[in-house]
Amino acid sequence: MKNRAWYFVIPMLILMSIGAFLPIMVVVNYSQHYIFAGSAPTFVGLENFVEVLHDSQFRGAVSRQFLFTFMVLVIEISLGLMVALALPKKGFWVAPCLVLLGIPLLIPYNVVGIIWRLFTQSDIGVIPKIFEVLGGYYNVTLDSFDAASTILLLDVWHWTPLVVLLVYAGLQAIPDAYYQAAAIDGANSWRTFRFVTLPKLRSVLTLGILLRLMDSFKIYSEPLLLTGGGPGTATTYLSLFVARKAESYELGYASAASLIYFFIVLVMSYAAFQIITRIGKGGKVE
Amino acid sequence: MSPKKKKNKKYSKIFLILYFFLLTVPIYWMLNTSFKFDTEILSQFTLFPHKFTTKNYVEIFNSSVWMGSFLHSLEYVFLNVLITLSVSIPAAYAFSRWKFKGDHHLFFWLLTNRMAPAVIFMIPFTQIYSSLGLFDTIWAVALAHLLFNIPLAVWILEGFMSGIPKELDETAFIDGYSFLQFFTRIFFPQIKAGIGVAAFLCFTFSWVELILAKTLTIINAKPVVVTLTVGIGAEGIKWGLLGAAGVLTLIPGAVVVYFVRNNLAKGFAMGRV
Repeated sequence: MKNRAWYFVIPMLILMSIGAFLPIMVVVNYSQHYIFAGSAPTFVGLENFVEVLHDSQFRGAVSRQFLFTFMVLVIEISLGLMVALALPKKGFWVAPCLVLLGIPLLIPYNVVGIIWRLFTQSDIGVIPKIFEVLGGYYNVTLDSFDAASTILLLDVWHWTPLVVLLVYAGLQAIPDAYYQAAAIDGANSWRTFRFVTLPKLRSVLTLGILLRLMDSFKIYSEPLLLTGGGPGTATTYLSLFVARKAESYELGYASAASLIYFFIVLVMSYAAFQIITRIGKGGKVE
Repeated sequence: MSPKKKKNKKYSKIFLILYFFLLTVPIYWMLNTSFKFDTEILSQFTLFPHKFTTKNYVEIFNSSVWMGSFLHSLEYVFLNVLITLSVSIPAAYAFSRWKFKGDHHLFFWLLTNRMAPAVIFMIPFTQIYSSLGLFDTIWAVALAHLLFNIPLAVWILEGFMSGIPKELDETAFIDGYSFLQFFTRIFFPQIKAGIGVAAFLCFTFSWVELILAKTLTIINAKPVVVTLTVGIGAEGIKWGLLGAAGVLTLIPGAVVVYFVRNNLAKGFAMGRV
């Protein structure tokens, strides 16, 4: 039996090692070299890493990325919870609501970018028009704050439905008896939510938080299409930053930066997973 | 129902209506734009097309570039889902049924690939696929997307398969089924929902992915997501055309979601949750 398992896993393993292991090795190799077009690469050890870590542009991208992901998590998880709790449990409106929630998830990233371009473009968009009517000022291509908050709004629009769907599925799985018991014990609605609903939602929320953490850290197409990373570097998040470096053939630098990037994502995901499971266990009512 | 509860209900209804309104407005705006003439888009602010036209759609259907790129996308997405499922189903079965040395580590390693930002792979993929002679073919994109879809598929399928009692396998073997017979006749129908969900998620990922698709193609295999970005940034953007192309990219997703609609909720609830 033990050997049999490997026969089942090996085809997958071969494809994954070609697809993942080999490229990572190439990146590790590049990250140790200075590479110029037309000349042989020179081995420089960890110098690329030192350069990346001292680069204020890289540091800027990292802190923008952290702020963005933090805001995404806070807004999307709380909004997602609120919407899922407010959704009808049964009846005619359930199906249309779920379909509407599914639509944004199925739109290609760059079409999301185009939708929001149409929506926010200073000459033809809806949001600038609303600001104009209200006497305000809004310009994605010129104002850093407008650009960054628009990307955030876009992400909230695009991905909150995922959190809603996950939480809604989790809510459906809670038996009515739990709520009845809470009502008999005289729990108010906050305490019912805190001690009955929330612990039962632990696994769906863990999944939601991890998925949003990993994916918001990888945001690329939306700022590329909407703002091109600008104005200045206001919306140049990590993926965009590394991609720019790779496209301008600074291969050594880009490789080192992407390894650091990968490391950050891994550590963050692992830490988030540990923290959530700890908190979940602490607050669980047995 | 107490008056306080009634009041709460009313607030939550208003909140929901507001949320769904905001959710649909951007999509409506794209639809709206796609049915307008460019002059109307640029010169007026109109909430619905005053002069309705399907010219943008006609232009796409008559353009070999647009139709070609739609076709490329469908081709590599299909290839990718096929390969992903054919290696992931056996692997997920092994993970769900047997303990073997290093299975936990292997599973975790698989998931770390799902976390990897795609930009990391821009440089090495270009090199590797060029040296294999696959650069700028649909195969390059199909194979590159495996990296993200296999972990996802194994993860979801393993969740579904673990939900099926091992006794089913044992009973079947005692009854004299060969492994292949058991798998195709008994096990497969049990995990159909899981396969549907995995296929759906792989489909959407591959259909929407931009970074690798953009890096690995130039002309011959240019997918629709890349064609969509090309018009942007150039002078005199054809907004109506972009809107129409955007609307068209939603269709495959809608078709797929129609086929797996009954399994989706179950998949969200069961897939490792």
